[in-house]
Amino acid sequence: MKKGKLSIVILGILLAVLWLFPFYLLLTNSFKTPKGIFNSVLSLPDKFFTISNYPEAYEALNFLSSFLHSLIITVISVILLVFCSAMAAYALQRNHSRLSSSILLLFISAMIIPFQSVMIPMTALFGKVQALNMWGLIFMYLGFNASLSIFLFQGSIGSISESLDESAAMEGANHWQIFRKIIFPMLTPMSVTVAVLNIVTIWNDYLLPSLVLPEEQYTIPLQMFMFFGQFTKQWHLAMAGLTLAIIPVIIFYMFSQKYIIKGMTEGAVK
Amino acid sequence: MKNKSTSFWLFLAPTLMALLLVVFIPALVGLFYSFTNWDGLSFTNFVGWNNYLSLMSDKDFISAFWFTVKFVVVTVILLNVIGLGLALLVTQKFKGNNFLKTVFFMPNLIGGLILGFIWQFIFTEVFPALANNLGLNFLNGWLTNQATGFWGLVIVTVWQMGGYIMIIYIAYLQNIPDEIIEAAKIDGASAWQRFVNITFPMIAPAFTVCMFLTLSNGFKIYDQNLSLTNGGPYKSTQMLALNIVNTAYTENDFARAEAKAIIFFIIVASIALIQVYYNKKKEVDL
Repeated sequence: MKKGKLSIVILGILLAVLWLFPFYLLLTNSFKTPKGIFNSVLSLPDKFFTISNYPEAYEALNFLSSFLHSLIITVISVILLVFCSAMAAYALQRNHSRLSSSILLLFISAMIIPFQSVMIPMTALFGKVQALNMWGLIFMYLGFNASLSIFLFQGSIGSISESLDESAAMEGANHWQIFRKIIFPMLTPMSVTVAVLNIVTIWNDYLLPSLVLPEEQYTIPLQMFMFFGQFTKQWHLAMAGLTLAIIPVIIFYMFSQKYIIKGMTEGAVK
Repeated sequence: MKNKSTSFWLFLAPTLMALLLVVFIPALVGLFYSFTNWDGLSFTNFVGWNNYLSLMSDKDFISAFWFTVKFVVVTVILLNVIGLGLALLVTQKFKGNNFLKTVFFMPNLIGGLILGFIWQFIFTEVFPALANNLGLNFLNGWLTNQATGFWGLVIVTVWQMGGYIMIIYIAYLQNIPDEIIEAAKIDGASAWQRFVNITFPMIAPAFTVCMFLTLSNGFKIYDQNLSLTNGGPYKSTQMLALNIVNTAYTENDFARAEAKAIIFFIIVASIALIQVYYNKKKEVDL
């Protein structure tokens, strides 16, 4: 190996160790007794080893319930977002009127409005109609995240020839059938991108659900925040709880890394 | 699909309705409330520009503004330097470069709230231990004053978003044809010359994308701020987003929070519009 290459590899390894160090600390300390964390925060658990932090944290975090709420909210929101945004993008792309381009512009201009600028009146409005719950939240995600999704779909639909629609129409298919049977299946790569982008933002979101969800529908980030309020500085439980919270994300990352990196690049670049 | 056709409107209905109810109507209502004495439920008076004028003497808001600006300047520079550095590193041909990419990108998938808590542990429990073992006194007392709170937030953000910026630079780096680099090598250009004269100009568009991305993300940061320092000590590390939320939901000063939200909108939207303008202009230049 050439000398230059060797130094690059060594630099890479050093940086990777630095990047992973927080995870090392998280994992090792989650298996220590409070005394173990106090005495030797940097070392392996060793004689301070315990596994009991996990059941305790699981309990305190109400983990099963918060995991399921995170999962249900994310899955339903993402399915709705992918399907409804593709539908809207199709309608806008295949209609060449000025009205259609104005509606597209409306969607795109919504992307520059930061969430903090609308959250207060939005929550007040939804509170008035008793919609401050997970179903209201799912509807809000449709509103906040549709713009980017439609924008991304719109580009892909543009590259599907309209003669395809026309020949299907000649054989008697209506708009719905054309979209459902021909266009939507052809959009699969973009659907994956849109799904990935939305899964990551919705799963991790804290601020919006904290304003909307009642306590019995808390997701993982909300439970985590409450947990920290109750168990201030009980780091042994906190470490186990935080590890539990990131396990689903790491598993998701391991299985769909390729799509995640591709999706997040496209989401930023386009 | 025709304008008047029902299917056009049916296809648009779910997303368009959600957009109007969730974004546009609240935005307009909020603008209206910012000129009243709204208390979250109802209002009795119009107060003109009073809510906005009162912000000029709101010390917490002004300090949050400057703290955020400082944070944005530092993170935009660091994230782009480190993101590009990591991208150049993992696009070198050696065994394990893909693994490195995976590692650097990983923190980006974990929510800011959870990362903030992890780093709170590192700064308050692990740093003192490191200080003891290595004799580095500056690692003591992190998050107990404004300066260490600031750098704590910067470190978390760079660690989290560095990998994201990296993959964007990678996408552009991979578009550079190998032949150009090879040709330059044959002509005797050094690695540095190749970087300055070939790589750098060819990834200029990536630079614009990453600049604006880090710029607007920096202004909008909330979760990390909440979980790492919660704005403390004494509100000295409070950023704009946190200040707005606290004004509304802790101090119950809804009308003023709304005025702050409108100012916040003007800042973030201006950045976005400058980006759009800049991109359009560049397209014309090409």
